[in-house]
Amino acid sequence: PIMTMCPLYVEKERHVKANAWDYNAKFCYADNHIKTSKYNIFTFLPINLFEQFQRVANGYFLVLLILQLIPEISSLSWFTTIVPLVLVLLVTAVKDATDDYFRHKSDQQVNNRQSQVLIRGSLQNEKWMNVRVGDIIKLENNQFVAADILLLCSSEPYGLCYIETAELDGETNLKVRQALTVTSDLGDITKLMNFDGEVICEPPNNKLDKFTGTLYWRDNKYPLDNDNMLLRGCVLRNTEWCFGMVIFAGLQTKLMQNCGRTTFKRTSIDKLMNTLVLWIFAFLICMGVVLAIGNTVWESWIGRNFQVFLPWDESQRSAVFSGFLAFWSYIIILNTVVPISLYVSVEVLRLGHSYFINWDRKMYHSQTDTAAEARTTTLNEELGQVEFIFSDKTGTLTQNIMVFRKCSIDGRTYGDVYNEFDQKVEITEKTACVDFSFNPLCDRRFRFYDSTLVEAIKLEDPAVQEFFRLLALCHTVMPEEKSEGHLVYQAQSPDEGALVNAARNFGFVFRARTPETITLCEMGQAVTYQLLAILDFNNVRKRMSVIVRNPQGQIKLYSKGADTVIFDRLDPSSEDLMYTTSEHLSEFAGEGLRTLALAYKDLDEDDFEIWMKKLLFASTVIENREDQLGALYEEIEQGLKLLGATAIEDKLQEGVAETIACLNLADIKIWVLTGDKLETAMNIGYSCNMLRDDMNEVFVVSGHTLQEVQQQLSIFFFDKACLISNFSVLRSAKEHILGLSRVGSAGDVEKTDMFLHDSVFEETIIAEYALVINGHSLAHALEPLLEHILLDVACLCKTVICCRVTPMQKAQVVELVKRHKRAITLAIGDGANDVSMIKTAHIGVGISGQEGTQAVLASDYSFAQFRYLQRLLLVHGRWSYFRMCNFLCYFFYKNFAFTLVHFWYGFFCGFSAQTVYDQWFITLFNIVYTSLPVLAMGLFDQDVDDRTSLRYPGLYKPGQQNLLFNKRLFFLCTLQGMGTSFLLFFIPYGAFSVMVKEDQQAFAVTIATSLVIVVSVQIGLDKHYWTAVNHLFIWGSVTVYFAILFAMQSNGMFGILPSNFPFVGTARSCLSEQSVWLVILLTTVVCVVPGLAVSFLRVDLFPTLTDKVRHLQQSRKREGPQGQNLRRVRRTSSRRSAYAFSHQQGYGELITSGKNMRASAVSSAHSPGRTPHSSNWIENMLKRKNEVSCISDESGDRAKNRLPSSSTEPELH
Amino acid sequence: MIGAMMASSYNEDGHITVSGPGGGTLRSKKPENTAFKQQRLPAWQPILTAGTVLPAFFIIGLIFIPIGIGLYVTSNNIKEFEIDYTGEDVSSPCFNCSQSFSWNSTRPCTCVIPFYLEQPYESSVFMYYGLSNFYQNHRRYVKSRDDSQLNGDMESLLKPSKECEPYAMNENKPIAPCGAIANSMFNDTFELFYNDPNGTKVQIPLSNTGIAWWTDKHVKFRNPGLNNPNLTAAFQGTTKPVNWRRPVYELDSAPDNNGFINEDFIVWMRTAALPTFRKLYRIINKTSNMVPTLPRGNYTLEVVYNYPVRSFDGRKRMILSTISWMGGKNPFLGIAYITVGSVCFFLGVVLLIIHHKCGNRSNSADISN
Repeated sequence: PIMTMCPLYVEKERHVKANAWDYNAKFCYADNHIKTSKYNIFTFLPINLFEQFQRVANGYFLVLLILQLIPEISSLSWFTTIVPLVLVLLVTAVKDATDDYFRHKSDQQVNNRQSQVLIRGSLQNEKWMNVRVGDIIKLENNQFVAADILLLCSSEPYGLCYIETAELDGETNLKVRQALTVTSDLGDITKLMNFDGEVICEPPNNKLDKFTGTLYWRDNKYPLDNDNMLLRGCVLRNTEWCFGMVIFAGLQTKLMQNCGRTTFKRTSIDKLMNTLVLWIFAFLICMGVVLAIGNTVWESWIGRNFQVFLPWDESQRSAVFSGFLAFWSYIIILNTVVPISLYVSVEVLRLGHSYFINWDRKMYHSQTDTAAEARTTTLNEELGQVEFIFSDKTGTLTQNIMVFRKCSIDGRTYGDVYNEFDQKVEITEKTACVDFSFNPLCDRRFRFYDSTLVEAIKLEDPAVQEFFRLLALCHTVMPEEKSEGHLVYQAQSPDEGALVNAARNFGFVFRARTPETITLCEMGQAVTYQLLAILDFNNVRKRMSVIVRNPQGQIKLYSKGADTVIFDRLDPSSEDLMYTTSEHLSEFAGEGLRTLALAYKDLDEDDFEIWMKKLLFASTVIENREDQLGALYEEIEQGLKLLGATAIEDKLQEGVAETIACLNLADIKIWVLTGDKLETAMNIGYSCNMLRDDMNEVFVVSGHTLQEVQQQLSIFFFDKACLISNFSVLRSAKEHILGLSRVGSAGDVEKTDMFLHDSVFEETIIAEYALVINGHSLAHALEPLLEHILLDVACLCKTVICCRVTPMQKAQVVELVKRHKRAITLAIGDGANDVSMIKTAHIGVGISGQEGTQAVLASDYSFAQFRYLQRLLLVHGRWSYFRMCNFLCYFFYKNFAFTLVHFWYGFFCGFSAQTVYDQWFITLFNIVYTSLPVLAMGLFDQDVDDRTSLRYPGLYKPGQQNLLFNKRLFFLCTLQGMGTSFLLFFIPYGAFSVMVKEDQQAFAVTIATSLVIVVSVQIGLDKHYWTAVNHLFIWGSVTVYFAILFAMQSNGMFGILPSNFPFVGTARSCLSEQSVWLVILLTTVVCVVPGLAVSFLRVDLFPTLTDKVRHLQQSRKREGPQGQNLRRVRRTSSRRSAYAFSHQQGYGELITSGKNMRASAVSSAHSPGRTPHSSNWIENMLKRKNEVSCISDESGDRAKNRLPSSSTEPELH
Repeated sequence: MIGAMMASSYNEDGHITVSGPGGGTLRSKKPENTAFKQQRLPAWQPILTAGTVLPAFFIIGLIFIPIGIGLYVTSNNIKEFEIDYTGEDVSSPCFNCSQSFSWNSTRPCTCVIPFYLEQPYESSVFMYYGLSNFYQNHRRYVKSRDDSQLNGDMESLLKPSKECEPYAMNENKPIAPCGAIANSMFNDTFELFYNDPNGTKVQIPLSNTGIAWWTDKHVKFRNPGLNNPNLTAAFQGTTKPVNWRRPVYELDSAPDNNGFINEDFIVWMRTAALPTFRKLYRIINKTSNMVPTLPRGNYTLEVVYNYPVRSFDGRKRMILSTISWMGGKNPFLGIAYITVGSVCFFLGVVLLIIHHKCGNRSNSADISN
């Protein structure tokens, strides 16, 4: 209630005092109310109109309207422009209003969220919007942070708290924030009440990772940085509660300061359309000038003498001035060449196409209940022109579900099913599953089909037992047993979870761990192992080991890791086994499985003691600790005994291989950009058929320096350029030289040079190559020096896989292609790390239905499965593009035919800007008589149906080559329009010179009727798909034309406003003449037949694929549905798959230190019902990633099972 | 590249609740399976094939050629006679009149033009006057009228629309009818005499009714003071157009053809589409089946020459024409139909040959993916 004078100066420094409302109010900081909506009820009209008139097209029509109000030049009544303009404005306004309504609703929802604020000594619930700067608020677990707050204290020790910043920066890992030590013990209300610290800090800004400030409290200064801050948009995780003091609120929070920078994507057709409108505008001016000159000449030769009957106005002092006026008059009557309804019709079409995408049941995923969604309505036709797809791997191509499929134990493989004839049986849904009922702790969702393994377990085969014991011991998984026998595993990588879970089912249940022990339930007996050391995983070691002491007192080292790494460290005694296992590994890899080799070693007590001492010493060293530890690990991991190998299936999403094959046939290049490791990525590349054994070469770039990368790329390019030139005899010489010169100056290839020769290279590719490039190399290759050669090489290759790329690099790669390849790019991904590329690409697609929503929120289209991409592009995209192009061609044709009649008439009416048509006809032609048929065509037309589009992916190519609408076609259809207008004018002209009723009004009605019929017939010929709606609209439009014609020229209308309806009776008397109908018939035929003949000849002599397919479709129509002829190609590769372990370093340490463990009793007592199974932080951290493979509790959250989690690779953080 | 998120991006709750297939409290998002939404509306999908296009060409040809011939013959059967009486030429009978024209002359100038009809005109004959190089379709001319006034609106009668300028007011009195069109009304008059071979000069009766459109006469044009039989009173307070010799209520003696509903006036007010035009002037009705309306022989046309066209190189004509169902004599339509029909037919043949020689008839065979 205190009105304070707010200083208007720019905030240089922020002063905030805790619990001092009056003090803070002096500064008038923004409150926590946010507003993303643009209008309210009162401001809507003025602001919306203001915005709309800023658009060039609307401004143009406003200018025309003003011109029309000048009587000297007004050649049309005011309503001819205002009626369409109002209609257009109205449609747009309604759309804006609905959008804004939803923004209001979402604002309201955010503003009305509850938060607990400390007011007058007690915590009170307040709406978010009422939170003020300086307030102390309490946050609970899993709550969104309401404003940018300074963390004061939390439920965790040391004032720690964990937050997830996914909404803010897209990173899904947890981050730690810590309160200042002085404030961390303020944990109760009274202490907080009395807290009166003052923060002086930076003014609001948008830097998410930076904060500088000072806390002044009790005569002390404490520096503050970003680690003390919780920003709005973060979610508090894994922390019971915390208190914080609001520093920035509402629009001044860092999140909101980052808002509103979403770039507006426009399609290439949009841009072309704008260019064309400018051309048309120039053309309009030209016509105006020609006619104005005509007017000047006419007035000075004839008009001057004709003054007996038509004196010049006093305003019209000279012929030149008259010409000037005529220019403007003609601009007014010819304005319809720039179609006012074009933009609004295009919007309507796109909206309709978006709805068709939303409605498509074939893009609906029933398991997650997710339908496809077109989140932007402006990009649809671009979907029909995509040339490059950039795909994320995890969660997009793969489900991120790891399934234990096979294993090789002691030289024997398990996992395949054989029938009675000893033949391998394909595993299907129906294959009988192994019964694990002997094991009460089993995970009932676990599927395994080979019963021999269970038999081996039951026979207590020591190797098999040791194998599963290893799997149960050697990992960093955290177990949680919520009730007896209900185990939930929290694994940091899905592979690991899958392995532990497999061991669990085979009777080696990992049950509990403390920092020093691991408790297993081995075949029903609880066995506790002493955990002596975890030799943690890292990228260089590619393995992890544990050292445990079993109840018998033996010390054992269990190790698992990449086969090559493990094989190098084997005891010579395992050599034979190694060869057998190696064969098995190849076999597994051939099936696209991810493999790990397992080995163990018995340790001597004394040796271990000595080693352990060294380890303890090394771990206290400050310098080179990592290296020293690594050396020690290396030392002990020698002489291992091989146990076997596991094979895990990284489950591809359904239909990925088919989709990729199909998109490849449509000439779409698919690049995989993944944060995964090289091996994993290549593995997936093989399993989804992007990489094949029959490829000529898979070229791996893995240089570490700029020079290395340049060298590798250049050599490859040189090689291939030579090779290609051998293939193409004609161009060989030229290309050879070209190849050489390019390699020689790889760095500074001229851009123009590149454009010039791109196509030459591409079309001569016969051999198939694949390029695999890793993150380090990519970083170098993306430098300006190398990016051209990178692009050249990449475009030579059928497949490009970039691994270990950062989100930023993903965007850079997309940007690179976008910049240099004038091609439409599409990025598809599911995780926060894909957001940047989704936003950069022309079209961003998000995989929805999973937990992370970042990608979806940033995307233009979203659906649940990668395979829907095929349908989105080949069916919806293709249709949209096809429809939009046909629509535009016809629209321009129609408007030219309509408008240019005035041009021809100019030569016969003294260039006086007299209109041919009735004014009402001009008003209604575009918006009533011809709008619906063309809209129906733009919405419903299909040249081929969806099944055929998918069957013949080649049908997609015209879109990529921009064949259906380009400047040439625009020129042709305007030419056709001009021709039609010429005939429309001169045929009645010829006929009318001696007609009975040859007055202007009959002339107008004849031409108008011919025009309506001609354009209706033309659209009938242009249309490929006549639904009932099309019939209704076409016939309806013609009927409506006649109805309105007669109504407008009826006695009644004339009686009401004689001066506005001067055409009374014309239609009646004119259309009752047979000769008029003969003229109309003649005009129609003459206008339509040439086009018909040309298109027939084109189809007959040079049929496109589309024409052929349509023909085929027609003839096959009766034969019933055809099956997909894209068969799944199973690869028969012998390629060695490699270690694939999406692991992060450092968990071993956490486990052994016990930092991440908390007594479960305590945790359940603290956390209320809202987080049933919580809450050690590793769990939360991993929740997003490992859900499915790790949760063993069936009765648990079923939904989560269906939501394979997001794909962020741990290494990225 | 970190997020420029929309504010609404964190409206999503931390938890996602999804209803399973069984426990559906939420409505499934599965789109409806309607033909419309799935874009499976039953449709007719015509394609251009030789089987459809070529017959169309032949049919057009076969229909158009007979129509064209019919039109051509009909047009040829129409008899038409035209005299240009502008008086440009010294030899022309109207030369003197055209030279001595003055707006202020009180004595009308008459010229007599003899002509000879080579054929008898059997049916009713329409008499037209034709003007050339007369821009009745000029925008400023066309709009220079007041339809309300012509419809008998009293208010507009006394206060003509601005469109009529500069012919709205004269000497502070409103002009009725106002505007350039009315002001420039054609005011030559024709009388036609048949010079009987026996020497007598028979005046041919010219009917001046039935020459305007019904709607014009009965709807569009109305005299002011609807039920006032006294037109002079009705037009009280107005003045005649500048160029007129008589006020509007003295155009004709018959009360149903006087004032604004005078048919000559109405015909003039219906502006022509092109600068060369003809307007119906009189009808010579057929009197009996036995005698041709206009027998073959010598005629005399007496023109009261009032209308100046020489200043803008205009021409004036008098036309006599019989008419048919298709209007006046115009070979254009017939020729156009014949031409288009033949071209279509010819095109059909050419396309057929092309199709047979190099057409892609088995075009579904070579589809590859």
